[in-house]
Amino acid sequence: MKVWASHLAVVALLLALGFLLPPYHATNMARIMVLAVFAMGYNLAFGYTGLLSLGHALFFAAGIYAAGLPIWHWGLGAAPALILGLLGGGIVAGVTGLLALRTAGVSFMIVTLMFAQAGYLTLLYFNGVTGGDEGFALPASGRMLFGADLSTDLPRYLTAWALFSATFLATLALVRSRFGRVMVALRENEERARMLGINPFTAKLAVLVLSGAASGLAGAAYGVLFGYAGASFATIQYSILPMLYVLLGGAGTVAGPLLGAVLMFALIEVANDLTSAWLFIVGAVLVIVVLFAPKGILGALRDRFFRGLP
Amino acid sequence: MSLLEARGLTRHFGGLRAVDGVDFDLAAGEIHALIGPNGAGKTTFVSLLSGRVPVQAGSIRLVGEDITRLPAHARVRKGIAYTFQITSVFPGLSVFDNVALAVQGGRGSARDLRGAVAAALSRVGLEAMASDIAGTLSYGHQRLLELAMGLALQPRVLILDEPTQGLAAGEIGNFKDLVRSLVPEVAVLLIEHNMEVVMDLAHRITVLNFGQVLARGTPAEVRASPAVQEAYLGA
Repeated sequence: MKVWASHLAVVALLLALGFLLPPYHATNMARIMVLAVFAMGYNLAFGYTGLLSLGHALFFAAGIYAAGLPIWHWGLGAAPALILGLLGGGIVAGVTGLLALRTAGVSFMIVTLMFAQAGYLTLLYFNGVTGGDEGFALPASGRMLFGADLSTDLPRYLTAWALFSATFLATLALVRSRFGRVMVALRENEERARMLGINPFTAKLAVLVLSGAASGLAGAAYGVLFGYAGASFATIQYSILPMLYVLLGGAGTVAGPLLGAVLMFALIEVANDLTSAWLFIVGAVLVIVVLFAPKGILGALRDRFFRGLP
Repeated sequence: MSLLEARGLTRHFGGLRAVDGVDFDLAAGEIHALIGPNGAGKTTFVSLLSGRVPVQAGSIRLVGEDITRLPAHARVRKGIAYTFQITSVFPGLSVFDNVALAVQGGRGSARDLRGAVAAALSRVGLEAMASDIAGTLSYGHQRLLELAMGLALQPRVLILDEPTQGLAAGEIGNFKDLVRSLVPEVAVLLIEHNMEVVMDLAHRITVLNFGQVLARGTPAEVRASPAVQEAYLGA
């Protein structure tokens, strides 16, 4: 009960922020919440199940294009586009998983990275359909959701908030379920889990599909809310990004991805104001976190103070 | 018909004949001990039974059903539980979660998860420690937890790989009582080096040497066998 109350409080706080923040910060916060959805998807695979993927940009991009292309070419609306993004991310993750999950550990990292690179090159190769490197701006018709214009501040914030909250609470329910226990068991000791009657392959495949679906939803939301799709979203940077959020906030915690996304965003803003070598500051902070709080901020807090934190 | 039946079971590692054409029958409700000198192939043999190591030749049947090609996790769901020689609980999870995983993955319906976990824990006397983190338990308690996980799977066959290794003398007495209380609902296959435990618990004993069956029989028969004495004591 306490767990649900504290997580619902986070959701309520974010809703209030939408009405309190000035427009510049509200737009940033909307972006953060969408990227947090991506990071929560990544966290299911990496933080809870121990699947270290370097290919999640592919699932994010699958979401952007599954939503963006029908909007661009056929004038689809935002609501079905978001659903297509969710399905696109899940399906691409499922196909990737069928092959990549034959490997584990470092090999899994490399294979997922290769899949993402292949996806990126495919986007470039079919530039007549995908817009290639330049990408494309989503037409205004595809950025209307239930009569609200998603290119305006409040509808954009509220849409990002709704998608974030749904993913956030679904993640909480999932990791506290029986299947959530299986995920952690696979992370801790796969061979032991197998000898308790768990089929590691199918369980990990299911996790990867869920993880990809969340990533795809985030990609679709990013396209619809901010109006642009391009092949750059399929590059390695977008595989690293959710990993950094998760590592900073706390792998294997429900709220860690949000915390990581907020802090990383703020850190980049501050560092950017101080110096043009802002990447240096970001890197230094990450090194410090990994050295002194290897489980991330919420992971360290959980070890010290809140043992039951999911 | 025996509960678990192996015929001509074979597994070679390169030139090493770890298990070499072993026939084996486990009857319902019996405690069967597997003994033999170090390197005799005992752990490889039970790994073939549980599916952790693939079979090269021979067949395995559980209640008449051929399970030779079934993967390990599917055999667990059919009722073959294996407890590890080296204690292998999930150290970062609570005692409750450790046992709950076994209940979920086992043969039972697991509708009443809490009840099933509590039942398995009280069977081994750990019910007061359900919320403890498994890694903080003493070694003896971790072995009991391992056993509770095996029981929570609701197996037909429980394979115990050196269960008394590292236990104190007082703990061994309790352990023997516990194993005795499991039959006849469960058949127990026991790998054990402690001869006192073997002679006391086992209904039948199979002696392996160089991957082959050297002798088989009741404790008294095995003790009297000249071949066994030779293998253990040297010619």
